[in-house]
Amino acid sequence: MRIIVSIKQVPDTTEVRVDPETNTLIREGVESIINPFDMYAIEEAVRLKEKHGAETIVITMGPPQAESALREALALGIDKAIHITDRAFAGSDTWATSYILAQAVKKIGEYDLIICGKQASDGDTAQVGPGMAAHLDLPQIAYVKKIEEISQEKKMIVAERLVEDGFETLKAPLPCLITVVKEINEPRLPSLRGKMRAKKAEIVKWNKDAIGVEEDKIGLRGSPTQVVKIFTPPQKKGGEIWQGEPEELGARLAKELKKYL
Amino acid sequence: MLNYELTEEQKEIRELCRRLAEEKIKPYSQEWDEANKMPDEVLKIFAQSDLFSLCIPEEYGGMGGGLLDLCIATEEISRIDGGVAASYAASFLGMFPILLFGTEEQKKKYLPRLAAGESIAAFGLTEPEAGSDAAAVKTTARKDGKFYILNGTKHFITNGGVADIYTIIAVTDKKRGPRGMSAFIVEKGTEGFEFGKKEDKMGIRASATRELIFNEARVPDENLLGGREGTGFIVTMKTFDQSRPGVAAQAVGIAQGALEMATKYAHQREQFGRKISSFQGIQWMLADMAAKIEAARALVYAAARMVDRGEKNSGPASAAAKLFASDTAMEVATQAVQIFGGYGYMKEYGIEKFMRDAKITQIYEGTNQIQKEIIALDLIKRYTK
Amino acid sequence: MSTLRVIKEKCAGCGICVKVCPVSAITMVEKKAVINLDKCTLCGACISACKFDAIVREKEEKARRQDVSAYKGVWVFAEQREGKIAPVVYELLAKARQLADDLGTYVGAVFLGYNIKETAKELIWRGTDKVFLVEDEKLVNYVAESYSRTIIHLVNKYKPEIFLAGATSCGRSLVSRIAVKLYTGLTADCTGLDIDRERRILIQTRPAFGGNIMAQIISPDFRPQMATVRHKVMPEAKADRSRQGEIITEKVEKSLVESAVEFLRFVKEEGSGVNLAEADIIVSGGRGLGKPENFSLIRELAEVLGGAVGASRAAVDAGWIPYSHQVGQTGRTVCPKIYIACGISGQIQHLVGMQSSKIIVAINKDPDAPIFKVASYGLVGDLFKIIPVLIKNLKEAGIK
Repeated sequence: MRIIVSIKQVPDTTEVRVDPETNTLIREGVESIINPFDMYAIEEAVRLKEKHGAETIVITMGPPQAESALREALALGIDKAIHITDRAFAGSDTWATSYILAQAVKKIGEYDLIICGKQASDGDTAQVGPGMAAHLDLPQIAYVKKIEEISQEKKMIVAERLVEDGFETLKAPLPCLITVVKEINEPRLPSLRGKMRAKKAEIVKWNKDAIGVEEDKIGLRGSPTQVVKIFTPPQKKGGEIWQGEPEELGARLAKELKKYL
Repeated sequence: MLNYELTEEQKEIRELCRRLAEEKIKPYSQEWDEANKMPDEVLKIFAQSDLFSLCIPEEYGGMGGGLLDLCIATEEISRIDGGVAASYAASFLGMFPILLFGTEEQKKKYLPRLAAGESIAAFGLTEPEAGSDAAAVKTTARKDGKFYILNGTKHFITNGGVADIYTIIAVTDKKRGPRGMSAFIVEKGTEGFEFGKKEDKMGIRASATRELIFNEARVPDENLLGGREGTGFIVTMKTFDQSRPGVAAQAVGIAQGALEMATKYAHQREQFGRKISSFQGIQWMLADMAAKIEAARALVYAAARMVDRGEKNSGPASAAAKLFASDTAMEVATQAVQIFGGYGYMKEYGIEKFMRDAKITQIYEGTNQIQKEIIALDLIKRYTK
Repeated sequence: MSTLRVIKEKCAGCGICVKVCPVSAITMVEKKAVINLDKCTLCGACISACKFDAIVREKEEKARRQDVSAYKGVWVFAEQREGKIAPVVYELLAKARQLADDLGTYVGAVFLGYNIKETAKELIWRGTDKVFLVEDEKLVNYVAESYSRTIIHLVNKYKPEIFLAGATSCGRSLVSRIAVKLYTGLTADCTGLDIDRERRILIQTRPAFGGNIMAQIISPDFRPQMATVRHKVMPEAKADRSRQGEIITEKVEKSLVESAVEFLRFVKEEGSGVNLAEADIIVSGGRGLGKPENFSLIRELAEVLGGAVGASRAAVDAGWIPYSHQVGQTGRTVCPKIYIACGISGQIQHLVGMQSSKIIVAINKDPDAPIFKVASYGLVGDLFKIIPVLIKNLKEAGIK
């Protein structure tokens, strides 16, 4: 089995602060991490490898600094890393990004499964995974919380996907693309050997020519959407702070809540 | 922190252990402390990250490397939870005798299992009447054909019940005193080997501490450590020389964790209309704590490096590191509670745990009084000839 | 190639662009901003942050355009499960009505399923002019492949200018596929939609970075302009049973509704108060509860208020309550009328998942807990003492 994991490097949102004076987001000095949802995708790939035997490949599209995300994926047990990087990719929206990633997947050739995190924590769109599936004409199962069965021989996957009021079980043929949610597993930490290996590992780099993209479908030029402006919403102001005896606080809150019920 | 000229690998160990502690231990630390135990899976996380393979040569499935690597790992874990660190380090305490004195067969059989973290180890020396006086061991081992029959009780054994492999010190020839003691590798499940009382400790409560009971326990003679009788006392002393920097590193980690919490708290807590970190009295306390921790760390790393270089007289250096680091940990943790004031005395705030955890480092693997004796005897030997 | 340029004469050297750049691509050299284009992702955060308009995007024409004038109508994807229309659809219809009126066009609803014709009237009562109904056994449950193919067919046939769907697990995964196949713009999880009448384009406002920033997005040259819309942000359309509309029954070819993916089953999550997305009131518990058993207190309060039970990541990670209850960055984003956070300190990961709630009540012992910064009512005290009193008072007042 061959499994491709598609990841993104994002700023660690837990460290992002808002400058109270200028009301802008301060991202200076904020560490870059693997998108938290992609950690579940990586872990699931490694688990499938341990259970069924598989070659695991991680891909990312991003500027040169995204290489560290690939190295971390290698430290976690992924076999091979491909960095899809080109200045011409900058400014790509979800349409162009999923197109570029799909082209890279085509270049990889044969595969059985593509795993993505359900969304990236910076953009929160959840569109790139299904978008890739559309570009590749693959079946998709989004928001997977459990893989019930996967078989390379039978060329099929049965997975449970999380929906608002429960979960759905779907059966899809392989190759297939899934996006995963947190519930699917608990990601491991890297191993020491993995870290040492990842430090030295060679990372394959592909630019726009290597993956054969049409130039007018990438970057800002190829992206249907345009960001007109970015602004920081007014900070939610704290309201009233109540202190005092629990008896009094509880009674007062009950009274206040009744106004809204 | 001073520049200790750590290798790339040592830096990776520090980073990995810090992450492990922050992500996998910190959220549950108080819960395990309260429960007086932690789930078995916790040590599996260490195994999965290759952290049991430190100090073990590559030929036995380890990562190679030396004691300093283990000290760095233990320090980082202790910074968050001294109890988890105790359990982790205690496995090495049980492993060292095999590494130092085991026959080739014994090393080949046990070290790969330990390096992979498939098995956890423990060291069984202490008995109700043999604490600081290690030679007062009463557990006996008598030869019976291809077996040794063990009888007696060990207590206060870290990882007791949790470990799969136990290095046990027992008397094979009472007449010969300390030279009549031998070491055995005893596996969990051995007939006649059972676990007794679980201790309810003041600190390091995530780690298991338990009695080992030997009642006509039949241990195959191939498990006599090193294949020879009479090495028990020297095994004990040499093992402690190896393990003491680890205890010292545990102390440094506990102190560091307490310092960080106290500093954060001081910078957030306001009294008299200002942050208490702006008071000189608090600043001086924090500065003293920081300086002592750094001195302890430097001493611990230096001692570990002596051991790693195989220097002959590393014993007194290890003792000095353990003595100074553990006293520092106790002092720093007590001061940290003081800085927290009334809140510090409450379990909810989590700082008093550091004080409870710190205390054991002054006691186990040789009380600090014993450490002083080791240092003093060395002084007398060196300067009175 | 597109690029960003610093107009040196305008740059005042304030350095704010350095702070906001998410990829550390900007440095100050001799008090002027310099952009490292190898690192830059052209996200535009610096352009918006610069007070001196000193950073510009070198304009470049879009590579492709469509004849946008051929597209008319505002469409809504009428999501349903077991024949029941998802509540978010009524919110979409209210918004679609407003947008269509601004544009002087009609509201359409795409309604896919089986034996749902009767229900289609509900869509008309709620403001739809034309329901595009496709009924087929194969469409009884949502499967991305067949649904997307069918909708693409309809879009190509009728050419709507705007297409809205709920930002649900169904809507999001469906329209991503459709937008790619149609080669058009899609904006996720919008909280605001307006028309620029002059240019006849849709201005889509959405949160990013977990709500820490807002972005306004347009796709002027592509049609339909597609967006998913966050649930519970916009008001619902009220039903008017006298309203008239048209139901257009579409027959589609078998090949469109065939899918390689098989829907096996749907399992509804048992227990009260799980559907956080639909709840008007959510009572959430965190680490401050101390142990799993104490969630019973949260459940009791939720029950009295008729609300759902939420949890912080800490409580979920500790195994006290299943993941489906988790609110926050790695859990669900919720937007109820009332959110009551009990024993939750309010880490940023949690705040981004609930801070758009209309009223936030926080109960926490620690007066410095960050949750109080977003709380409409912050109660400093012991939740184990306050909540029982609250429950008692609510019950006495006859609530429930």
